[in-house]
Amino acid sequence: MAAIVSLRNVVKRYTRGKHSVEVLHGLNLDIETGDFVALMGPSGSGKTTLLNLIGGLDTASGGEVSVAGERIDSLSGGQLAKWRARHVGFVFQFYNLLPQLSAERNVELPLLLTSLSAAQRKKNVQTALAIVGLSDRAKHKPTELSGGQAQRVAIARALVSDPTLLVCDEPTGDLDRATADEILGLLQSLNREQG
Amino acid sequence: MKFLPLIWAALWRKKTRTVFTLASIMVAFLLFGMLQGVNAAFNATVDRANVNRLIVANSVSFTESLPYSYMAQIEQLSGVSAVSQQNWFGAYYQDPKNFVFSFPAEPARWRRVSPEYKLPEDQFDAWARTRTGAVIGIDLAEKYGWKIGDRVPLHSTIWTKPGGSSDWEFDIVGIYTSPDSPTRGNQFFFNYAYFDEARSFNKGRVGWYIVQVQDPRQSAQIAASIDKLFGNSTDETETKTEKEFQQSFLKQIGDINFIVTRILFAVFFALLFATGSSLMQSVRERIPELAVLKTLGFSDGRVLWLVLAESLMLCLLAAALGLAVASALFPSLKGAIGVVTLPRVVIIEGAAIAVLLALATGLLPAWRARQLNIVDALAGR
Ligand SMILES: Nc1ncnc2c1ncn2[C@@H]1O[C@H](COP(=O)(O)OP(=O)(O)O)[C@@H](O)[C@H]1O
Ligand SMILES: [Mg+2]
Repeated sequence: MAAIVSLRNVVKRYTRGKHSVEVLHGLNLDIETGDFVALMGPSGSGKTTLLNLIGGLDTASGGEVSVAGERIDSLSGGQLAKWRARHVGFVFQFYNLLPQLSAERNVELPLLLTSLSAAQRKKNVQTALAIVGLSDRAKHKPTELSGGQAQRVAIARALVSDPTLLVCDEPTGDLDRATADEILGLLQSLNREQG
Repeated sequence: MKFLPLIWAALWRKKTRTVFTLASIMVAFLLFGMLQGVNAAFNATVDRANVNRLIVANSVSFTESLPYSYMAQIEQLSGVSAVSQQNWFGAYYQDPKNFVFSFPAEPARWRRVSPEYKLPEDQFDAWARTRTGAVIGIDLAEKYGWKIGDRVPLHSTIWTKPGGSSDWEFDIVGIYTSPDSPTRGNQFFFNYAYFDEARSFNKGRVGWYIVQVQDPRQSAQIAASIDKLFGNSTDETETKTEKEFQQSFLKQIGDINFIVTRILFAVFFALLFATGSSLMQSVRERIPELAVLKTLGFSDGRVLWLVLAESLMLCLLAAALGLAVASALFPSLKGAIGVVTLPRVVIIEGAAIAVLLALATGLLPAWRARQLNIVDALAGR
């Protein structure tokens, strides 16, 4: 099977003034299509750094990053933005929903960058909310949702544009045990069904 | 268009702040609409001034008088079709704030040089016959509810009668309209003969002459020959076209254009900082949210436009509200300036200023939003 993510000798260095910290020292990694991979490590070990590189939010200091056969380490900022819109869905620890928008408007955001009509966008948003089991909360604002529900909305937003890759950075970090299990279960079943 | 709900929601993220900002911009545009509207109305008065008419005033100052005997001499000049004279009566009705634009005039001469005043023949005859008769504009009649047959007292701030009284009584005998010059509907004309006989000083003199010329192309030449005629006399003259005269008259009561521009400049300058810092703060608070948009694939340029569109929406909305209130209030100024509707040019200028304001205040916050780095913003750095 083809590797969906492939990292070769990836180096990531953060430079702040005179100080330079090397976080990734020549990393090699392959992830197959359909895989459900979890990165584990203590805080500060570089998990976020790695995910940012794979998701095209940041660029490596050295080495090659390929996703779905495309070298993304050589893309410009503007090209990366386009690439992310097409290929990646993100889920963060703190949901990162826009507080002034309803759940459905939050989920619609990635679709605003496509050429879909308003009716098509609405349909896709409804489907995504149905997948995460929140069809009845479409009109709610993030503050009117529980942590677990907010994270489901964030997952729906990450899914709605049918990305190649779902990148989740500590998606259960802010949730209690039971809700965390629920969210992980949801992600796993999504991986099986939509993979 | 599909981004509109996103921009609108961002604008109202902090409702109180947006309401305050909106209100201050709105008040500025209300002020702009009123002041600039009055200004435009005055300029329109000047533009409508008759180029066929010359105004002959004392060269020392417009407020100095001229001998009545000049009338016959000016009438003799070739190219002059009619001459009339006018005086500043400077009167109010009952209360000093009820200022009345009142002028002594000679009916027959007045009619010849002022074709823009439409007065029924019988009312004109009544004026010519009645010593204390007066004809008034339709707007003035409406303002005080004066009718033909009313006896109206005016208090002159300049002219006294031999007993020392400054109160003058007039009988309204006619009401004129001036359809082509709406700003002239608030004037009050009465007989010069009555005025000159009853006043206690300056008898036999007039405020200024109005000269109707046959051919406007000869205006400059005739003006020069009038001034030459009275050169080296005790009362030298300065003759201008009516248009020049009204412009210099407006200069005397203060260069309205200049003052208005200064006031508005100060107001908008203050607004620039208030609005700019409010937008900047709003962007600063939203940095994580703007970063999320970027992770979703919104380009730097698109984020810049979203913030700019927000400031554009704010400024245009506030300007629209402010100018709407201004046009609602504007008719109440009719008594003072004679213009009923806010001139359209003011609305167009207002819209242009709103766009400039939006760019000036929005550009910096928008640029800040454009520049923000996703990874740092998400990590709260
Ligand atoms: N933008 C940055 N500038 C400087 N150092 C950074 C930056 N981002 C991360 N680091 C450092 O890199 C290391 C790894 O961070 P991170 O990838 O966030 O770890 P994790 O997600 O595993 O907790 C940490 O030591 C952190 O301080
Ligand atoms: Mg992390």
